[in-house]
Amino acid sequence: MKTNAFAYQRPDTAEEAVRLAAEGGDGARFIAGGQSLLAALNFRLDEPEALIDISRIATLRGIERRENRLLIGALTRHAEVAASPEVARDLPLIARAMREVAHPAIRNRGTFGGSLALADPAAEMPACALALDAVMHVLSPEGRRQVPAAEFFCGMYETALEPGELLTGVEIPLPEPGARHGFSELARRHGDYAMAGLAMMLGPRSGGVPSWARVAFFGLSDCPARSAAAEAAILSGARPEDCAAKACEEIEVFGDLNADEATKRHYAEVMLRRELTRLANDEERTA
Amino acid sequence: MSATLPITLTVNGESVSADVAPRVPLVDFLRETLGLTGTHLGCAHGVCGACTVRVDGAAVRGCLMLAVQADGATVETVEGVSDSGEIADLQDAFHRHNALQCGFCTAGMLMTAAELLDAGGPPPERAEIREHISGNYCRCTGYQSIVDAVEEVAQARAADKGGQA
Repeated sequence: MKTNAFAYQRPDTAEEAVRLAAEGGDGARFIAGGQSLLAALNFRLDEPEALIDISRIATLRGIERRENRLLIGALTRHAEVAASPEVARDLPLIARAMREVAHPAIRNRGTFGGSLALADPAAEMPACALALDAVMHVLSPEGRRQVPAAEFFCGMYETALEPGELLTGVEIPLPEPGARHGFSELARRHGDYAMAGLAMMLGPRSGGVPSWARVAFFGLSDCPARSAAAEAAILSGARPEDCAAKACEEIEVFGDLNADEATKRHYAEVMLRRELTRLANDEERTA
Repeated sequence: MSATLPITLTVNGESVSADVAPRVPLVDFLRETLGLTGTHLGCAHGVCGACTVRVDGAAVRGCLMLAVQADGATVETVEGVSDSGEIADLQDAFHRHNALQCGFCTAGMLMTAAELLDAGGPPPERAEIREHISGNYCRCTGYQSIVDAVEEVAQARAADKGGQA
């Protein structure tokens, strides 16, 4: 199918973009990489009156170190994040997860911020943002505000972004030395959306257990979700299989075409058990 | 509201100016306005890879980019990289290995494989080739022969480079 007809605007600055969005009202959409939006428009799942193309706003693109944080501009393409030496060194969870984000040609245009603002429940980056305690930088005609990842993802394709607000970048605190990451994803075809996935950060070990834990699942529910029960089990020093048993204790799991609810719960438990076991084995080897 | 917008871009080395409606995807512009029908449109939602073209040096989906977004860009299609001889070895290997049957996916497969072959470094392993072409569907070959062809070219190019060094 083809998209409906729409007007097209290409502002040069983020301020102009949000002003145009305010003028356009309900019928206006930002387009960044367009790798999900244009697919939706081609199927007439959405019929906007105007597209505001932000893809050439240079100030929203790039990766910058600010003290103990990495700031990733919303328009930084997945391929650029994947190739970034800073990301590989300081945020290995993101570098690892990027390999599963769609396919190379999609990663060449799709953007880091676009993936977060879309909030597909089966996408990798929202879960990574939760596991890394990222902070979203948001712009509107009224000004700027910051939203922690924990408050950003509200539901299926739903975020804390108000109509007309623009995600300009993401600030990610760098995990302290000794922190470790776990990641796992199951998809029918490499690069497809996850049937189930896990993005996890564990703090440096103290007294035999991690000092903190953030366990986020994706592809299970209507939005990425932390598992407080699994985190508590990890911090109590429980064995991997006992932590895994808690994986979905408070997560409302929805079945879909690929896997029913029980299957997804099973996947989540297996992923968490395997990643915790792998990390524990690594620890033993290096001890 | 569907007024056309003027765009100027370089397609296969030639400068092209046209007025396009914002809704026209790049792949339709290439096929219908410029007559470059080597690039195919399959699924129109980025899953099949048949419409893969090169924009400013990077492989992208022609169905997930608007022609107006290519204003000022350098676009290369399978026609361009065929005429220049850039992928002659890859096309020859596809032919010899029977890496195509109906041919619908071939243009996209070639553009995707070309990006991997240009990436530098040691020749990719078969698993790496499979991962790289995972976004391109082929419903005829079962992929084995495509991987064979790409692997052969990767090794031949690496050997050539080694010989010249």
